[in-house]
Amino acid sequence: MKDKVTAIIKKYGSDSSQLVSILQDIQTEYNYLPRTALDKLAKKLDIPQSRVYSMATFFRAFSLEERGKHICNVCQGTACHVRGADLILESLERQLGVKRGQTTPDHKFTLETVNCMGCCATGPVVKIDDEFFGHMTNDKVEPMLSKFKE
Amino acid sequence: MASKLKNAKALAALHKKLAKDIDTEKCHISLCNGTACRPYGSNPVAEAFKADIEKRGLADKVEFKITGCHGFCERGPIAIVEPGNVFYQRITVADVPEILDNTIQKKGPIERLLFKQDAATKTVARQNDIPFYTEQQRIVLGNNIRIDPTSIEDYIAIGGYSALSRALVELQPDQIIKMIKDSGLRGRGGGGFPTGAKWETCREAHGDIKYVIVNADEGDPGAYANEGLLTGNPHSVLEGLVIGAYAIGSHQGYIYVRNEYPLALKNITLAIEQAEKLGLIGKNILGSGFDFNVRVNRGGGAFVCGESTALMASLEGKTGEPRAKYIHTVEKGLWDRPSCLNNVETWANIPLIVNNGAEWFSKIGAAGNSGTKIFSLTGKVNNTGLVEVPMGIKLKGIIFDIGGGIRGGKKFKAVQTGGPSGGCLPEKLLDSPVDFDSLLKAGSMMGSGGMIVMDEDNCMVDTARYFLTFLEEESCGKCVPCREGVKRMRQILTDITQGKGEMSDLELLTELSAHLKDSALCALGSSAPNPVLTTIQYFKDEYEAHIEDKKCPAGICKALIKFSIIDEKCPGCGRCVKTCPTQAITFMGKKNPVILDQSKCIKCRTCYDICKMGAVSIE
Amino acid sequence: MSELVNLTINGNKYTAEKGSMVLKVAREHGIRIPTLCDHEAIEPFGACRLCIVEVTRGNRTRIVTSCLYPVEEGLVVQTDSPRIVRNRKMLLDLLLARCSDNKVIKELAAEYGLEKPSFREEYWEKHDCIVCGLCVRACEQVVGVSAISLVNRGVSKEPKPPFLEKAKACIGCGSCHYVCPTGAVTMEEKNGVRSLPRWKVSFKLKKCPKCGIEWAPEAQLEYIRKKWKLEPGFFDLCPNCR
Repeated sequence: MKDKVTAIIKKYGSDSSQLVSILQDIQTEYNYLPRTALDKLAKKLDIPQSRVYSMATFFRAFSLEERGKHICNVCQGTACHVRGADLILESLERQLGVKRGQTTPDHKFTLETVNCMGCCATGPVVKIDDEFFGHMTNDKVEPMLSKFKE
Repeated sequence: MASKLKNAKALAALHKKLAKDIDTEKCHISLCNGTACRPYGSNPVAEAFKADIEKRGLADKVEFKITGCHGFCERGPIAIVEPGNVFYQRITVADVPEILDNTIQKKGPIERLLFKQDAATKTVARQNDIPFYTEQQRIVLGNNIRIDPTSIEDYIAIGGYSALSRALVELQPDQIIKMIKDSGLRGRGGGGFPTGAKWETCREAHGDIKYVIVNADEGDPGAYANEGLLTGNPHSVLEGLVIGAYAIGSHQGYIYVRNEYPLALKNITLAIEQAEKLGLIGKNILGSGFDFNVRVNRGGGAFVCGESTALMASLEGKTGEPRAKYIHTVEKGLWDRPSCLNNVETWANIPLIVNNGAEWFSKIGAAGNSGTKIFSLTGKVNNTGLVEVPMGIKLKGIIFDIGGGIRGGKKFKAVQTGGPSGGCLPEKLLDSPVDFDSLLKAGSMMGSGGMIVMDEDNCMVDTARYFLTFLEEESCGKCVPCREGVKRMRQILTDITQGKGEMSDLELLTELSAHLKDSALCALGSSAPNPVLTTIQYFKDEYEAHIEDKKCPAGICKALIKFSIIDEKCPGCGRCVKTCPTQAITFMGKKNPVILDQSKCIKCRTCYDICKMGAVSIE
Repeated sequence: MSELVNLTINGNKYTAEKGSMVLKVAREHGIRIPTLCDHEAIEPFGACRLCIVEVTRGNRTRIVTSCLYPVEEGLVVQTDSPRIVRNRKMLLDLLLARCSDNKVIKELAAEYGLEKPSFREEYWEKHDCIVCGLCVRACEQVVGVSAISLVNRGVSKEPKPPFLEKAKACIGCGSCHYVCPTGAVTMEEKNGVRSLPRWKVSFKLKKCPKCGIEWAPEAQLEYIRKKWKLEPGFFDLCPNCR
């Protein structure tokens, strides 16, 4: 763990102004921001722990909790909203048994929302990992999730 | 790839060579694999083309290009075939071998893949005959079709970087600034500030170190015009940026890309690498003595970081909190140094102006609003996608002539422009010209290009509530008016949608709105009232229905609607029974209408959407 | 020497150093502008918006926060125009809805004729903190330890210790308590221990062996001693007895 964090910091020239990028790389590496990584980061960059925590909680891209294997992103942008995206979100919440921002107890899915992915023509859109599902309707939710339930 | 270009002549020679290499004997197929086409499966289609071409050794007969957004996102996956300018839509993997054979053997276009506005009309084979395209003026976005965004050679082949060459070799910085001023170009990010004047102030600002910044943090939900441009033609933005840096006297640039745009990030990062290899970025560009470096930064998932001072704070490694702009960022911006921040689309217009001249540009569009604007036309229109139109075109021209009118034969209700900072405009304003000033006058604004069309099935009170919910989540929380005020407005609107509103709420909303406009720290807060004010102004009847009659005319607000079965229309097929998440519908046997238990109904609309007989009603 | 400029505040003419803030100039001349997030030892922040004034430059009038607006030649300032008073009242209405039981906010609101919030009672909150950021800014700018920071975004933004655990970098100096305008940062001293419950910290107070007074947290003294490279035992006696 420590080596990976050190490598990431080095990649950005140990420049604390690149904190957002550094945190993003850590998040990409571990699927969330582990506490130990953040402590290490504060120490190596010689910046206050309070600043790291502040950054980690301000930006929505970051999660301080472990996330599930599959990240399920429901677009709640305006174009998707006018086509009923909020109902798709509710349907997913029902089917996964968690609210937005939460991870299922079996750690399979994390349900998140995003405000526009740039696929407005195919709205409402759901993205699971790197796969897009367009023109979503409530009856398509279950078949979509079953693709990842292996 | 070629090695570093030492001077303008070398670039011109490379261009000549590459332009010649565009083999006009070969057929050309240009397939869109942009972000918006991906949900349609454009990626498997692209892979299928590549695989089939390789398998059958067709590379010498057909030039296959994977491109960025063509614009007609509704009909994706899309391909353009030359010769013939044939437009193929909704392509599947299974269609690929036939398209290849048909093209190479020069047979007539494949009828079933051609464009048709609707079932009643004839097919149109040529892209340039399709009204969606003919009504546009695609001076910026049009090049997307001609290039593979991951190839700098493609960009140079169509004349890319010739404007930079001209700027560095033939023009002085102040001449360039004058040109941009004379062109009348105004910022395409929403503010509409005259670009030339901005550059001039930055150039004249005190300090040797200056920065140029590309704002690609297109956070307006429903707007993806910047995405389509940055992903599809990253070099055009880069070229504009270097020209601007030269004019202003900056040697360091930043491109701030939204975290939610992975493809755009990938393409612009690659573009910079390629430009560096050719010496179009870096030291002594084209032998001119001008140095310039640029770095890409990702956003962290914060809409507020689209605001210039918040963006700069984020670049400094701080949380994205805006600060007062009593001293402009062109004087004291990033690291307190003169910084010129412009939108993606603004930068992309620069090479066009340098190459074609200020006068050419000023003649496009309308008085005081030169040039074109790219809009993401989405929502309830038939033809959703990215459209580029001259400023001054009427709203109805975009929605009906290009957009093909409202889908499903429904009635137009409103069009929302400018994102959460904009407003909802009603039918009576459809004749309004689309330009910075007219939209402001109507109570909305241009924004970065989101244009969302709504119909009779959309509730305007719910829409206002939606925007305030969005803004409440995205508010940085620093100033009291926005943090507390938006929250209170959202609470009031939610109450109204739940039938708990009172007419005095409208007064309170109006007072809060005035307060936010006056006292909020940044534009997120001060423009937050716009969706509320415009919906109260233009759709007061809907508010009155929710408040006084406790009804939602559009059938959206759950607390005010009821789902019921129209017995006469229900054939007893049971489709709704299976899909009801709470088992609220009971199957009563074939030919008998189903029974809906109101106490279990959660109003999720699944039955309404799935019923083919129109047997579910919303009251 | 700095350039002097002429400006008008509420109809009266004044001169001031170019670039100094309107709020500072007004206060120097005894003109009262209410503030919450302002403190003379700390850089202005512009968060509470209470210090708003109307400024006119040429033919353009706008509302700005006086704590961050630099004076210039010919500036015309109105500190209590009807538009400003209206905005301050709504500001306090919003603050009162958030801090419906806080003494300081209630008193300020009453000054503007506000007895209770204009919003539905079911939505009134009982915070004491108004997220003015003074505690965090004092800790960063004056004390220099940055033990706490503003955490989260939007409506849940609040000053908190990192990871919501006890603030390890805190030295117990109490600056945050002293600058807090609403009393939200409480500090208690009992049985030789000073605690700041909001940051989950407590500190043993140093007892002067001579007079017996418990006069400062040991951690704070140790921090100062180290920072200024003072010899060990420098703070053994309290200032009175030294």
